[in-house]
Amino acid sequence: MDDASHGEPSEDTVFKKLLIAVLALGCLGLAGFGLLAWRPAIAPATLPPPGSFAPELIAKGEALAGGGYCAECHTTKGGQNFAGGYAFATPFGVIYSTNITPDPETGIGTWSETAFRRAMHEGVSRDGSHLFPVFTYDHFTRLSDEDVRALYAYFMTRAPIHAPARPSGLPFPFNIRYLQAGWKLLFFRPGRFEPDAEKSAEWNRGAYLALGLSHCGACHTPRNLLGAEKAGKAYGGAVIDNWVAPPLTAANPAPAPWTREELYDYLRTGASKLHGTAAGPMFPVVQGLGALPDSDIRAIATYFADVDKAADRLPYVSGAVSLAMSNALAKEGDKFDPDTRLYTAACASCHYNATGAPLAARPDLALNSAVHLPDPSNLIQVMLRGIGAEEGLPGVVMPAFGGALSDADVARIAAYLRRTRTSLPPWPDLATKIAGIRRQNGATD
Amino acid sequence: MTSFHINGRAVTVDAEDDTPLLWVIRDTIGLTGTKFGCGIGMCGACTVHVGGRPTRSCITPLASVAGAKVTTIEGLDPEGRHPVQRAWADLQVPQCGYCQSGQIMQAVSLINDFPSPTDRDIDAVMAGNLCRCMTYVRIRNAIKQAAAQSKKVATDE
Repeated sequence: MDDASHGEPSEDTVFKKLLIAVLALGCLGLAGFGLLAWRPAIAPATLPPPGSFAPELIAKGEALAGGGYCAECHTTKGGQNFAGGYAFATPFGVIYSTNITPDPETGIGTWSETAFRRAMHEGVSRDGSHLFPVFTYDHFTRLSDEDVRALYAYFMTRAPIHAPARPSGLPFPFNIRYLQAGWKLLFFRPGRFEPDAEKSAEWNRGAYLALGLSHCGACHTPRNLLGAEKAGKAYGGAVIDNWVAPPLTAANPAPAPWTREELYDYLRTGASKLHGTAAGPMFPVVQGLGALPDSDIRAIATYFADVDKAADRLPYVSGAVSLAMSNALAKEGDKFDPDTRLYTAACASCHYNATGAPLAARPDLALNSAVHLPDPSNLIQVMLRGIGAEEGLPGVVMPAFGGALSDADVARIAAYLRRTRTSLPPWPDLATKIAGIRRQNGATD
Repeated sequence: MTSFHINGRAVTVDAEDDTPLLWVIRDTIGLTGTKFGCGIGMCGACTVHVGGRPTRSCITPLASVAGAKVTTIEGLDPEGRHPVQRAWADLQVPQCGYCQSGQIMQAVSLINDFPSPTDRDIDAVMAGNLCRCMTYVRIRNAIKQAAAQSKKVATDE
């Protein structure tokens, strides 16, 4: 019996060999991943004197920093500009933005232009560690070297502010920066913007800004389970910070199409007559874009009017507008209907129009995007918070009804608008939704 | 600290961001023509203009008017002779008078937006301004008179 088994390796040996092979492969894989993930540190540089940057370059950088809303994420509420510390509540945990003033200890004062460019184009910090994609380097990678240089000149000439970064609240294993290399392997396609030769120069300029600097997809494109923008769902709409970033495609549910003119008005002035007002997280976008010239805003409008196929609906604009508004009049309800009365008392002094065409200063809710979205969050947010003088139409405010109306009353107005101003299905569980939004607003404000 | 303009004058107010604009107008700035009615934006007594638009000041947080131009009943016309104010006096609209400054501010915007307001326009836009003395019929007449007067002034110019 013993003799018989001598020729064959024992099961033990086979297992050992297999184990060794697996371990070796694993080690190789790890080493390979390590190699792939590894980025060298770039030696600390001395801060270039402000005089070494041409004033025009700094001015260009300032405009670009506006159009990229850098201050929005790199500044806390009431904090010093670009000193970081803004909390992002991601599905993986809280993470804080960093100090991008040229403070040598806590900011980017020791970053050479090469290090800055690598961060923008590849999402790697000066010390070689991988940055988390809340910093939208997946968009900034499209920026030209010249634009990155201008941004560098702008940031290096800001006043340095000593503000240490707050440690992220990400749990294991999301806090391992090395693993970000894997995320990049899966989802990150580095490379500068490639113009589309078939499109106009204006379209290409708009696409360059939208895809790169202004990173529109970061909010308007839905994300997958690992937090990457879903391929093939560009601008499909997404929920962010208890607001809805509506679809920027033909799937946008507003009755009037987003034409180049409507997009331009909205992005330049903060309000579009046929859609509504830029509020919530869209307000800083309009504010930031204010730094860019009219030609750039027209370019972005041209690009998105193509993305949403406005041209196909252009012949029907005035018909769609008057139809939406006259439908609303027909369904309004008589003046003794309690919902109509509530709406009339609380809203109609401003949100009423006499004819089939709305007045600019009387935003018509039969046309409003928020009333037509599948998710009522934006309508609820605006009712609760109102709209400040800086937001939307300049100098005009909407009062905050959050302290005046109960959840039940807010729900009644929302349901009434949905019923009378659209032909869409009612929103479910409005009162629960409103209570949830109130709670979250209370926690973050 | 919030800075804004009221009746053409620059003011800076040191109060919490969520202080109602009405309290600031009455208590801090001392303009008491604007009245407190319900405190929940449902009666219109506190209506002022912000950026030329009628706004319920009792539920407008102070922070939201930063940089804006606020006009109260005191600043509507230097002599209190705005066409709406004259129509109000001519037709003896006020009874107790408490809601009138809000009514007038709302009516001024109504006429700006709808130079020939129909009864339906008046009902829709003015229904958020309550009058417990029930002077609604006179309010409606005064609005029509003021609208006609405003148009006449516009053609004369």
